[in-house]
Amino acid sequence: MDLRFTDEEIAFRKEMRAFFDSALPKDIRTKMEEGRSLVKDDIVTWQRILNAKGWATPFWPVEYGGTGWSPMQQYIFLEEMQATPAPQPLQFGVNMVGPVIYTFAKEEQKAHFLPRIRNIDDWWCQGFSEPGAGSDLASLKTTAKRDGDHYVVNGQKTWTTLAQYADWIFCLVRTDPNAAKRQEGISFLLIDMKTKGITVRPIQTIDGGREVNEVFFDDVRVPVKNLVGQENKGWDYAKFLLGNERIGIARIGMSKHRIHRIKELAAQEFDGERPIIDNPRFREKLAAVEIELKALEMTQLRVVAAEGKREKGRPDPASSILKIKGSEIQQATTELLMDVVGPYALPYQTDQDVGWNEPPVGPDWAGPIAPTYFNYRKVSIYGGSNEIQKNIIAKAILGL
Amino acid sequence: MDFDLSEEQQLLQDSVTRLMADRYEFERRKEYAKSAEGFSLPLWRQYAELGVLGLPFDEAHGGIGDDGVGTMIVMQAFGRALALEPYLATVVLGGGLIQHAGNAQQRDDILPKIADGTLRLAFAQTERQTRYNLADVKATAKKAGASWVIDGEKSLVLHGDSADKLIVVARTSGAQRDEKGLSLFLVDAQTAGVSRRGYPTQDGQRAAEISFSQVALPESAAIGDIDAAFPVIDRVVDEARAALCADAVGAMDAMHALTVEYLKTRKQFGATIGSFQALQHRAVDMFVAVEQARSMAMLAAMTARDEDAEVRRKSVAAAKVQIGRSGKFVGEQAVQLHGGVGMTMELKVGHYFKRVTMIDTLFGDADHHLARLADAGGLI
Repeated sequence: MDLRFTDEEIAFRKEMRAFFDSALPKDIRTKMEEGRSLVKDDIVTWQRILNAKGWATPFWPVEYGGTGWSPMQQYIFLEEMQATPAPQPLQFGVNMVGPVIYTFAKEEQKAHFLPRIRNIDDWWCQGFSEPGAGSDLASLKTTAKRDGDHYVVNGQKTWTTLAQYADWIFCLVRTDPNAAKRQEGISFLLIDMKTKGITVRPIQTIDGGREVNEVFFDDVRVPVKNLVGQENKGWDYAKFLLGNERIGIARIGMSKHRIHRIKELAAQEFDGERPIIDNPRFREKLAAVEIELKALEMTQLRVVAAEGKREKGRPDPASSILKIKGSEIQQATTELLMDVVGPYALPYQTDQDVGWNEPPVGPDWAGPIAPTYFNYRKVSIYGGSNEIQKNIIAKAILGL
Repeated sequence: MDFDLSEEQQLLQDSVTRLMADRYEFERRKEYAKSAEGFSLPLWRQYAELGVLGLPFDEAHGGIGDDGVGTMIVMQAFGRALALEPYLATVVLGGGLIQHAGNAQQRDDILPKIADGTLRLAFAQTERQTRYNLADVKATAKKAGASWVIDGEKSLVLHGDSADKLIVVARTSGAQRDEKGLSLFLVDAQTAGVSRRGYPTQDGQRAAEISFSQVALPESAAIGDIDAAFPVIDRVVDEARAALCADAVGAMDAMHALTVEYLKTRKQFGATIGSFQALQHRAVDMFVAVEQARSMAMLAAMTARDEDAEVRRKSVAAAKVQIGRSGKFVGEQAVQLHGGVGMTMELKVGHYFKRVTMIDTLFGDADHHLARLADAGGLI
């Protein structure tokens, strides 16, 4: 046992940091630092810079454009990228549908889609959740009926993140309504968002943002060649997809960046004679979060170190800890920023809705803080709510 | 970075775990606790035979030069067994102080005897007013001709009642809370003027109140430089904190396993209570708390010997906070989920709860270390 990083790992970290520092466009970096929303162009620009370097999909197998990095190198890459702070490549393509395609899809699908995912030529979104199928995903109702060499899709998806930008959506659809088990009648379908009969309607979240949407399918004709793998086996591919994002789910690097940001702002914002950072009560709250984060980083490293020794495709159930704790810590950092900004959380000066072209009210960094706090309630809900994660641990690890 | 045990570490873990499984059955522990020393002398000799008592010392002194991981392995096994032997007092604290502060003569004299099980030490540091401030020392050592004369009252000396020798922190200059002006002395427990009153602790271990009245020592009794003991005390106590973190993780592991087992067997309302989601989620919260504690105990084990005192202090303080908080949660919930029987002396689970509760109070509780870390600018 040796918890020191090797010389090679330290050199690798330096290389990553130097690249992110020099390659990330300044305007994107500033938005990330200040917690402001990114637009489509920001994500596309950054992912193409990464792709030019060969790093848009470092986790993929080398034959599909991956890097061949060890799990530890992958972790360092992600942590440094988050800590810069730089945006991550579009996860719906890179981490979700991409691995499903290279693992289960036909050769011609791989040849067509994978390079386009790497270079974000297609913007992908995820069509899993439905109004009646959240944590209980297998109760989904959207149907796909075979009609010649097409499927005809009818139904509704919801919480579809950034569907307003999307060129393609990967969907779970019910192809066999009479299957013995609900999970057995589901297929995994790739659908061109320009197809007739698709309507996207934004959902405004409590922070004022419009990052999620409802997507309606009304007699949408999808070529059968857009089926991934076998008909009625979609549930297996979905489970694979959901278990696939382990490294980086805790977002350690991002929370580290937040901690630095909190310290910086708490040193410049005063409460009477003293800066907020000198208030012992605040300082202890902050230190408590830092300890949780350090502990989670160690837990994450334990999972990463064990990663190479695990059977392929079998996620470590301990990664559920990463999701639970990682989301709690992300939320705690947004709460600490609320403590720092104090009364200047109040003005609603969002740039997402009608735009904000007036001078800032209060400190110029105050605007995004309350919306971020509100928005981050999502992180313990999406990707399998923390309660679902606890069900998973209870069953898979504790055997209850 | 590597979390796997080396071959030697694996061997150590297997042999200590086997020994504890063979010799530390719960009923036997009660017998050990009733003996005059409050622990098992035969087992102490077996630890020596296994090489456990010399773990951190170099080979010349009967040890294997462990870097902290071995101590973590041993302490986790001890924590799981609720071991009563004075390993912390003798090997980690006593041995650590001699190893880091002693001169060649003292190291040659003492360390091999610790390693072979023939000498047990205790660390007489705390006083009535000390709480967790290691520099708050009133006991004095004054030079009289070629002798040192020690006066003062020491309190809560772990295993102080059965130790052969005591390492005493005394003030040789400065004011009551000055870091400068502290010195260490090695005192035979039988020396005239030393009187000890031993007692059991909440967690079944032993401690003593020890008074020093005109205790005359030769010059050679001083360990390390006069007036300059604080840094080495600080360092060795950090090593002890790291060891306690591992001890607590062993106890938490055991408590959690017992609790999950109980949830699977106890039936109410016609079902095993582990089928109830409220209890499942509580068991998961405990699991997460244990894993976070384990992670920090590892960090503490690896950094307790870090040359950079700042890195060491912060990491160990953070670990002690995590262990204190996790231990409290896991302990309280283990009793809660056991229900009424969790309250009884007969069941092991309550004893683990008491152990982790007491570990929090040793060398700074969670609040103390949180404040310390916050004042030092945090960890990230």
